[in-house]
Order: sequence, then structure tokens, then C-alpha cells
Amino acid sequence: MTSEGRRAIVAGHGTFAAGIVSAVEQIAGRADRFVALSNAGLESGAIESLLREAIATHGATLIFTDLPAGSCTIAARRIQRDQPDLVLVTGAALPTILSYACGGDVIKAAEQGRAALMVIEAKRDA
Amino acid sequence: MTLEIFRIDDRLVHGQVVVGWGQPCALGFLVLVDDEVARSEWEKELYRMGVPPEMEIVFDSVESAALRLPEYRADARVGMLLTGDIDTMARLVAAAPDIRTVTVGGVHHKAGRVPRSRYVFLTADEEARLLELAARGVTVVAQDVPQAAATPLEVMLRGEGPT
Repeated sequence: MTSEGRRAIVAGHGTFAAGIVSAVEQIAGRADRFVALSNAGLESGAIESLLREAIATHGATLIFTDLPAGSCTIAARRIQRDQPDLVLVTGAALPTILSYACGGDVIKAAEQGRAALMVIEAKRDA
Repeated sequence: MTLEIFRIDDRLVHGQVVVGWGQPCALGFLVLVDDEVARSEWEKELYRMGVPPEMEIVFDSVESAALRLPEYRADARVGMLLTGDIDTMARLVAAAPDIRTVTVGGVHHKAGRVPRSRYVFLTADEEARLLELAARGVTVVAQDVPQAAATPLEVMLRGEGPT
């Protein structure tokens, strides 16, 4: 499979992945770069199988997950044991995935994701 | 505070445990009871990675967990004990009969299991093991997250649990 045909996997809880990919499509028209997977209703072995199947089908070498403690992250870590070229980015949110969709550089995307996280409090008049 | 929750969850350490229970209950430690994980440094490291720095995770076989339960109960922090399947919890209760409540947090779909709730699917053997626990005087409930009501075993087995 050519690198152009490869997709990255976005995996997480509930409809997290589908929502993120939908947002990427709306903002950048690049949903075609991703496969969205959910862990909903699946035990850990089934999550790992789902990820392995998607990796094989789409030639994925990159997985984004939502939570460091999440079952998708644990499953991806298990897969890395026998597929050491697989890269995992956890704690991913829209700014990170969008940056990757548009630029293709995962390190830069992670940096932009970190930089996008802020707490903004309105100033109150005295 | 003490070791308060004995949870069966086939995902073991995951979001519901670490965040869903961990934050509102201020969990200070997890006891992961699994004979295979307890023998594997790689598996232990995998689960350690999923736990935030303020939460300790310890690993036990069924045998060592039964021996160390008094120590865990004396801990000043709030703790949760996890097993990945019903059989492991049943063996632990047999070895430590003073466990009074067991929470089924997640037993997901697999071939041969039938749905009992949104997150509990059981084979006939698994159902029998839960009923055996109840017959020993253990209160068995289904509850995935702390905000949800605990569903009694008999309600869950009627398929009237959370959907």
C-alpha cells in the first residue's frame, strides 16, 4: 500500500472518533485520512482485534486515542509489541488530529495540540 | 478509608476505572488481581502506564491478593480491587470469604454470552458463578460508573438492568 493510501486510526470512547473525523471533514475536508473506531460494547481482546484488522486493512502506522488510560490505548500498546513501527498518540483532541490531517507531521501535530489547550477566564470588572 | 470496591471488569485498567471512578471517589490505589499479569513485567508496565501519578497500582495473583487483603483494608487511601473475569473474583472470594460486595463493572459481549445489560453479557457458567457468590452471602451488583445506580444481581439476571 502506498503512503498516500494509508489512513491513520482514531480510536476512543463512545462516538469520540467519529465526531473528531466528522469535524476534520468539516474544517479541512480530510476525513479520508482517517478510520474512526469505537470501543463501545467491546471487551479488551475484541478492541485489540478491531484495531489489528483496521491496521491491516488500511496500512495504518499511526493511531490516535483519546485517553492514556483508555482501553484503546492499552490495546494499541499491546499491538506495538509485535508491530514496533506503529506510532501511538494518546490524549489526542481535535487540534492535534486536524494538524496531522493538514500537515502529516505527527510530532508537530502533537505540539500544536498541546499549544491549543488553554484555560481562558473572562476578566471581571471591579 | 480502605479498599472499598471489588470490581469485575474485562478491560481492567481503563477510562471508567481511572477517571470515572478514580476522580469522584479519589481512588488512591488499584489492586489488579490476575495470575497472568502478576507473572509478567511487560503486562504490569502496560497497566502502570495507564494510571496517573497520584494513583498507585499493585499487582497480585489470587493467592497473594487473599494474603494481602488485610494490608489493603488498613490503607488510609480509598482503593479498588479489579479482576478481569468472574472466575478470578470467585476464586478470590473463596480464599477471602470476608469480601461482602462484588460489583460487575463490565463483562462485554463474546461468543456464548447473552446480554443481561448494556455492559454485562454472561454465559450460563458465569451466571452460575455469580449466583454461587450470592449464595455465599456476597452482595453482587452491576454498576459501570459511580453516577449510575447499582443494579442488584437478580434484577440484572432478569435483563432489567441498564440498557
